[in-house]
Amino acid sequence: MYKIIRAEELTTNIYLMDVEAPRVAKRCEPGQFVIVRTDENGERIPLTICDYDREKGTITIVFQTVGAETFKMASMKEGDYFHDFVGPLGRPSDLVEEDIEELKKKKIVFIAGGVGTAPVYPQVKWLHEKGIDCDVIVGAKNKDLLILEKEMKAVATNLYVTTDDGSYGRSGMVTTTLESLVKEEGKEYDHCVAIGPMIMMKFVALLTKKLEIPTIVSLNPIMVDGTGMCGACRVTVGDQIKFACVDGPEFDGHLVDFDEAMKRQQLYKTAEGRAFLKAKEGDTHHGGCGNCD
Amino acid sequence: MDVLTKIPVKEQEAKVRATNFDEVCLGYELEEAMKEAERCINCKNARCIQGCPVSINIPAFIQEVKAGNIEKAYQIISESSALPAVCGRVCPQETQCEGVCIRGIKGDAVSIGKLERFVADWACKQGIKPEGAKEKNGKKVAVIGSGPAGLTCAGDLARMGYDVTIFEALHEAGGVLVYGIPEFRLPKIDVVAKEIENVKSLGVKIETNVVVGKSVTIDELLNEEGFDAVFIGSGAGLPKFMGIPGENANGVFSANEYLTRSNLMKSFDLSSPTPIMRGKKVAVIGGGNVAMDAARTALRLGAETHIVYRRSEEELPARVEEVHHAKEEGIIFDLLTNPTEILVDENGWVSGMKCVKMELGEPDASGRRRPVVKADSEFVMDVDTVIMSLGTSPNPLISSTTEGLEINKWQCIVADEEFGKTSKEGVYAGGDAVTGAATVILAMGAGKAGAKGIDEYLKNK
Repeated sequence: MYKIIRAEELTTNIYLMDVEAPRVAKRCEPGQFVIVRTDENGERIPLTICDYDREKGTITIVFQTVGAETFKMASMKEGDYFHDFVGPLGRPSDLVEEDIEELKKKKIVFIAGGVGTAPVYPQVKWLHEKGIDCDVIVGAKNKDLLILEKEMKAVATNLYVTTDDGSYGRSGMVTTTLESLVKEEGKEYDHCVAIGPMIMMKFVALLTKKLEIPTIVSLNPIMVDGTGMCGACRVTVGDQIKFACVDGPEFDGHLVDFDEAMKRQQLYKTAEGRAFLKAKEGDTHHGGCGNCD
Repeated sequence: MDVLTKIPVKEQEAKVRATNFDEVCLGYELEEAMKEAERCINCKNARCIQGCPVSINIPAFIQEVKAGNIEKAYQIISESSALPAVCGRVCPQETQCEGVCIRGIKGDAVSIGKLERFVADWACKQGIKPEGAKEKNGKKVAVIGSGPAGLTCAGDLARMGYDVTIFEALHEAGGVLVYGIPEFRLPKIDVVAKEIENVKSLGVKIETNVVVGKSVTIDELLNEEGFDAVFIGSGAGLPKFMGIPGENANGVFSANEYLTRSNLMKSFDLSSPTPIMRGKKVAVIGGGNVAMDAARTALRLGAETHIVYRRSEEELPARVEEVHHAKEEGIIFDLLTNPTEILVDENGWVSGMKCVKMELGEPDASGRRRPVVKADSEFVMDVDTVIMSLGTSPNPLISSTTEGLEINKWQCIVADEEFGKTSKEGVYAGGDAVTGAATVILAMGAGKAGAKGIDEYLKNK
């Protein structure tokens, strides 16, 4: 059992938790993920590691309620326990393995969308601790859905916040900000890391291809075991099939087949929706809505 | 009584069981078991013992069954096997102990597997535990993986007095016994969990949620966590796909994924939060035991289910009993058929499967006749779900993070057969991680060898 040390709602439907998991905290690096289960019947939920404290032996996770299981997670409080918490899974971010002096020469930009801001944070923090500069663009639907702004500001060289509806910071999508920074505000980047909704990563990758900025994306496909055993998370990268859990989760954004990846994410949408309604409303949904059979 | 014929075992009727996940074979009653035991002629030079990968003293336990001393029979089996209720159910006895039984020359072999199962189930019901070590020797051994190899190795070492901890990557112990083999062949709560409890009762500790190679390395276990030796029984690994167009469509699964969802995550039960695709027409590609398990699971989830296999019935690698059960339940066998493309609709879902017919040519390296494509035989199968059951390739998680651990050209860990010794001092290995995908009982045999090897090593250290 894995104790929740801190639990807070960052904003509507987005939650942050610090969880005691000494084995994971001892070995994890930015870019890796964990799989959690709320109770002995729970689904296995993969979540990117958002921060870690090696001394306290804790891992920070941030999640958005999207289905029955994350809804259940959101109701857990400080002092409650996760039944299972396994990791660190996947490969660490390439940045972590690069030479520090080489990294210092790079002009890096991070692009974070929505709850994707959370997994971007440890990478920016890691670079900041090593004395490496980087810019960060954070996008949110509106001001209320913006998370970790203060934390990010403390570690980013320049932070650019943009909201879809213009309610805070710049107005529009993250791609609008990136294009403006590069084309109109004299910024130059030679490395981009984009983490957020699949559709955002797709459009960032399309733009950075045009701008000729090498781009890394972090994928979050459906998975079960997270150790390479099931192959549910397979994704087409260039002309190869990769398993996101062991070969990723980070890949070259210019080679990922996003359209296929997005379709694969839809696989259990109806089943998940039904489970969510059941968790929220009890046993009220019996089909006949036309959306499920 | 006709001594040439075995006592038949009761099974759930095919039509009924095709719609539920309850166990197919119902096992012997005491009276039936004692009667069947009488058929054993207690050979002096018992070939069945040699046929058993873990060398159970088969005639001795059967003599006890004959006399009605079931507890004694259980302790005899337990000296050699940590998982008798499992083995009685999933071992390919027809090619092992029963395959060499003298009775089999003229008539049916003694139903050794069914007797073993009876003894184990009886002991479990009576709450009888295997006998543990008299005293501990204070030496610590780490076992990686809680499947048949790991459980056997851990059980044997604990009985010798070692302090054993098993590290399991998943949230539940049992390895392939819980994620791979379905409930209707191997009940999880009544059989697997009970046998694991028995191993724990010998003093074995199990730490779940530890992915060795990620959460901790073998070198850390040896150098920082105080283990004197390590046994690797990490299992088979990554699922293979065919490499044909359309394989990433929604509705194409590896058998590993499909079975893990149904077995480990219990998604055959609608109250499980983990979903599984309940297709209407399912094609399972492959002809092994795993393919049979996947097909029979799909059938029970309500699908018209086909086994698609490129060779003929004679070459099916699955156990005869599994093929027989599958056919009885209504699985359709499309033999000498090979998929060439998965057809995909505009939303990314499987809409059909293009196949060609095959015919058998000259024998290949495996000695089986090589299937060759029949000219102009292309056709489309109407399916919405395709399950690839083509075997696995080794998982590099451990070999890539362990200094000095030799692997062969197939990426399997190199270990000797007799003692499971690897190229790294203090590290032993066995089961699918060494041999590639094989059977439960062979993995158990390798677990035994590993325990023997580790004992020799630590005694002389």
